[in-house]
Amino acid sequence: MIPLSHYLALGGLLFCIGVAGIFLNRKNIILLLMAIELMLLAVNMNFVAFSRFLGDANGQVFVFFILTVAAAEAAIGLAILVVLFRNRQSINVDEINRLKG
Amino acid sequence: MYRDSVMQNVYLSIVLAPLAGAVIAGLFRNRISRGVAHWVAILGVAASTVLSLYVLYGFVAGELPVFNANIYTWATVGGWSFHIGFLIDHLSALMMAVVSFISLMVHIYTIGYMAEDPGYKRFFSYIALFTFSMLMLVMSNNFVQLFFGWEAVGLVSYLLIGFWFKRDSATFANLKAFLVNRVGDFGFLLGIAVILAYFGSLDYVQVFAAAGKVSTQTITVFADHPWSVLSLAAILLFVGAMAKSAQVPLHVWLPDSMEGPTPISALIHAATMVTAGIFMVARMSPIFEYSETALSVVLVIGAITAFFTGLIGLVQTDIKRVIAYSTLSQLGYMTVALGASAYSIAIFHLMTHAFFKALLFLGAGSVIIAMHHEQDMRSMGGLRKYMPITFITMWVGTLALIGFPGTAGFFSKDLIIEAVAASHIAGSTFAYWSVLLGVLITSLYSFRLLYLTFYGAEHMDAHTREQLSESPWVVWVPLVMLAIPSLLIGWLTVRGIVFGDFLSQALFVLPGHEALATLAEEFHGPGQFALHGLFGAPFWLAVAGFAIATYVYRQRPELAHRLKDGFGVVARILENKYGFDDFNQTVFARGAMGLGRALWRGADATLIDGALVNGSARSVGWASQVIRQLQSGYLFHYAFIMILGLLALLGFFVLL
Repeated sequence: MIPLSHYLALGGLLFCIGVAGIFLNRKNIILLLMAIELMLLAVNMNFVAFSRFLGDANGQVFVFFILTVAAAEAAIGLAILVVLFRNRQSINVDEINRLKG
Repeated sequence: MYRDSVMQNVYLSIVLAPLAGAVIAGLFRNRISRGVAHWVAILGVAASTVLSLYVLYGFVAGELPVFNANIYTWATVGGWSFHIGFLIDHLSALMMAVVSFISLMVHIYTIGYMAEDPGYKRFFSYIALFTFSMLMLVMSNNFVQLFFGWEAVGLVSYLLIGFWFKRDSATFANLKAFLVNRVGDFGFLLGIAVILAYFGSLDYVQVFAAAGKVSTQTITVFADHPWSVLSLAAILLFVGAMAKSAQVPLHVWLPDSMEGPTPISALIHAATMVTAGIFMVARMSPIFEYSETALSVVLVIGAITAFFTGLIGLVQTDIKRVIAYSTLSQLGYMTVALGASAYSIAIFHLMTHAFFKALLFLGAGSVIIAMHHEQDMRSMGGLRKYMPITFITMWVGTLALIGFPGTAGFFSKDLIIEAVAASHIAGSTFAYWSVLLGVLITSLYSFRLLYLTFYGAEHMDAHTREQLSESPWVVWVPLVMLAIPSLLIGWLTVRGIVFGDFLSQALFVLPGHEALATLAEEFHGPGQFALHGLFGAPFWLAVAGFAIATYVYRQRPELAHRLKDGFGVVARILENKYGFDDFNQTVFARGAMGLGRALWRGADATLIDGALVNGSARSVGWASQVIRQLQSGYLFHYAFIMILGLLALLGFFVLL
């Protein structure tokens, strides 16, 4: 049987890839959204692993919730992305710095 | 025989009547006419004159008891309470009469002198207020009220010297008077503080009663040099008197105070203000008596003032300034008398001087009116045939000033000289020669003034000469009213005031200081004293002064110029007034400005404005300049910082 630590290492690894994706990626906002999804999935992986390991189904129920919310979030994110593109004719992360005061 | 409550109302009226006049003439001056303004002021002062003379009469006749009561509690602070109260004894009764009488004469005279001045009503308000302040000062029964009067007199003198505030010289002079008096007031206040600290009371009677007990205590001012408490208190109080009574080196304000209108010169120099210091020291005789040191200081300062300021009078050309320097010199005489423990003679000279100096000033004012406000004696001359009354009264004043036997000034001045001769405290020999030679100087400058003004060639321009005439009655009546006491008052009162027991209750003389008692043994009536005076050194010195002045200024007018050239250095020193003004201007005025500029540039502009106020703003700006870099607007920066924060929090919880 694969020990818990392997799952957790995988989860942590996926999470780190997601994080790295957020601030290494300078080109495409869609990749950004995907990196966020990846971080959420990494967390889900942990949930599932713990759930299985502890014999508690609650963790897997949470995973469904998170997947649902993540789907909704991805839909909203893509919608915002479309509006953003319409305004700025670009989805290049390097050019989007209007959060500056 | 009188109930105290009746007398209390009388005393209150004496003080408040001039105040009422001042308030009406001052605050309501836009609603009343000039006539009303001068009548309310004059009536107020006249009321206090009449009442003061009545009180004086009561004391002379022995019908009035000494009055000492607190009338109103001004403030209570902790265990201290400060009262407004009156101590009316022979000394204050005499001062009240002198002050209010001279003041009344000046008020009447002002109607003529200030007739064309736009500030007519304001002037009456001020001089009535001046009278009020001086009366508060002399009638006080405690140090706080004394200080109130002291400051009020200083304030009103400031207002009056700068009465013509559009003249730069007048505003300079009043500021100077105010600042110099501040120096004295500082000493005076410290003196009062010492009194309060060691006596535990500010009431005259309590303090004076405890003086003997406190006289053995010492205080350490500088390390390891114990001082007698009373010496310290007396000298500090005397510093106040030095400023008010214009003693060297705090005399510099008085000649400049001539910038004010002439009536006020008369009032400041004769009855009020400058006499405050003399009166104060006499009043504090129980404190000064226990301190030989303080008496010596008083004596020497007085002697220096008496002699050296008289000399300056010799080279002045402004008619009022000559008389101003004469006042300085005479105040020196009074101070010398105080130092010799002859307090009653000082008060006596104060009184006689008040009459003849007011006379001289008002006479000079009369001349100035006739000359259309020209004050330079070099452009006068030959006025005697145009203004006979002024001329004769000025002669009377001059005779009294130089101490011609029989006149008021003779009795007081000769007595001062003899009192100093009989005194044995340190410095008395110096003081004796100063006051003796001072007589020669007095006579010289007095006759110089007379000759330059009333005799000789007429130097005024033709226009002025055509209009020369005697001044109106409001001007010459006070002159005559003052000329009479200038001649007679000494003769009439010398026995009572100096040798009788009139002032002996109010003044205190230790048994060791018997200068006055020595004189009393030799005194056999005013007539004989006057006769004796004819053979004394002072009289012949005065005659010598007269002779020199006559020869130089009457017989050989061109000699004066040659003398001046011959004594070029001396004349220059005198014209520079020994450099006191220059010294003050350079060291204190320029020094204060330098200090101010240093503080402005160094402390205010650099430290406070630069470092603290603008500095804090600039450091906020600088800090935000740095922190602003964080807000790049890039999403990945924010995310990175969020991660860092997360790590930090995690690390924090994990490690702890």
